[in-house]
Amino acid sequence: MTYLPLLGILIVVLGFALRLNPLLVVTISAIATGLIAGKPLLVVIAAFGKAFNDNRFVTIIWILLPVIGLLERYGLQQRARTLIGGMKRATVGRLLIAYLLFRQITASMGLTSVAGQAQTVRPLVAPMAEAAAEVQRPALDEAGRERVKAFAAATDNVGLFFGEDIFIAIGSILLMVGFLKQSGIVLAPLDLSVYAIPSAICAFLIHGARLLWLDRTLASPSARMGRGTTEGGGGVEGPGASEPPLHHPAGGPPPHASHGEAEG
Amino acid sequence: MITLQHLYILTGLIFAAFAILSARDRTNGKRFGNAAFWALVATSFFVGDLLGDLGNGVLVLILVALAGFGALGRGNTPTTSVEERAASSARRGNKLFLPALIIPLTALVGTLVFKDSGWIDPKQVTVISLGAGVLLALAACYAWLRPPVLAPLDEGRRLMDQVGWAAILPQMLAALGAVFALAGVGQVVGGIAGRVLPEGSLIAAILVYAIGMAAFTLIMGNAFAAFPVMMAAVGLPILIHHFHGDPAAVAAIGMLAGFCGTLMTPMAANFNIVPAALLDLKDRNAVVKAQVGTALPLLACNIALIYFLAF
Repeated sequence: MTYLPLLGILIVVLGFALRLNPLLVVTISAIATGLIAGKPLLVVIAAFGKAFNDNRFVTIIWILLPVIGLLERYGLQQRARTLIGGMKRATVGRLLIAYLLFRQITASMGLTSVAGQAQTVRPLVAPMAEAAAEVQRPALDEAGRERVKAFAAATDNVGLFFGEDIFIAIGSILLMVGFLKQSGIVLAPLDLSVYAIPSAICAFLIHGARLLWLDRTLASPSARMGRGTTEGGGGVEGPGASEPPLHHPAGGPPPHASHGEAEG
Repeated sequence: MITLQHLYILTGLIFAAFAILSARDRTNGKRFGNAAFWALVATSFFVGDLLGDLGNGVLVLILVALAGFGALGRGNTPTTSVEERAASSARRGNKLFLPALIIPLTALVGTLVFKDSGWIDPKQVTVISLGAGVLLALAACYAWLRPPVLAPLDEGRRLMDQVGWAAILPQMLAALGAVFALAGVGQVVGGIAGRVLPEGSLIAAILVYAIGMAAFTLIMGNAFAAFPVMMAAVGLPILIHHFHGDPAAVAAIGMLAGFCGTLMTPMAANFNIVPAALLDLKDRNAVVKAQVGTALPLLACNIALIYFLAF
């Protein structure tokens, strides 16, 4: 067996690390991978085009933007901030823990689209978390603000991933049922989905504990906000450390790629 | 029956509006680049099924060329000032939340009510209800706020420009996954995982299976791609057949180990990169960094859960 098909992966890792435009990197990787597999160029382009067309539903989410933009025009984010700013006992941690629970429970009922990064995080959860952070730490700096917003987005992801598999008709459960059936193991979706419950509880406890820890960091005036994840060993955040221009999202390195700058 | 196809037409209309408004935006030096980009996305939604595979491939290449060579810019669309927003927020109070809540509420009610009605494709009922929610929310906003007619599209385009070409990155990565599958990348990775495995050790096998699931997800950005590979290489032959593990626990918790990988990779762009663009974060990997501290201990938990629940 040859390792050549893995060249496409190497291209992606290198391209992301070098902060090239991700769309360009992905396309070059796809074409290289197809050519290495011995397919003619036009066949590779057609396969890529077909897969792109088959996955259009991923991009539907942007139809929300007109509503969200319009409500922001009339002060939705300011309203979210006022609401939370007026609650004396609201903290970033408590707010996000409540949202985490809401997201896990609704996702476990199959309602994965009722909340999300565009639906709820951008217009509501992130501004609310920011407002709570401002109460907890009046001198909140830019790095701290970024970290609070990043945690709002992260909480949505954790809640979604570790809630949805409890629902029996979600894609990943159906994929498992189908795969195991091909291999001669017949299982009902419910057999699989009950095993998602312990992991969901672990996710709630771990992420919830980290959110309470975030509250402690916010409340303590000496603690530095917005340093790199103590756990991940990255240490690249903070003002000025990595600021790719606005039109280069995804410009940073993958989390595990070693990377020369900004350490220390 | 209402199907995904109808939702594609609605999406195409919105992107077409973004394209036209982009072309008219004199504050953006690269306005025609933006216009061309959104027009192509609109084309894909309108007639993607009629273009043929090669036609779609060419469409993708043009999109990539526009984005990759810096043809997209960002305008300075006039909108309300911070003071005007604060005043409007104070005047209208918490009622401002109501239109935003119409969308999830419609998705929820639509899913429950229309699932078996035969009016809506039951597989897509939630997304289609979400689309209906957008229209209802827009109608409510027009009736209550009386904005200028084009305001929703103008504001939508302002946010869309902020996201920029990253809007189609998730779709592109999904397409890359399909090409990887075509080229047999999965088998090669599975082969490696099978080979590094020491014989006879259950704990080592669980570690290779779960960490391999997370690592391969990290590379592909999607646990769905990792699952069949790791399951075929380690889960099925070793954990289930050799060590007689419970297939349901091995499969279900193994998939969740993969989800831990999703939390740690920029390749899962719709979850990790797009939010950074939506929230205007300076560090595009800020969301990934916030998640690593949850993902790693959670991966350890999943490994322990496989050990205790499957055996």
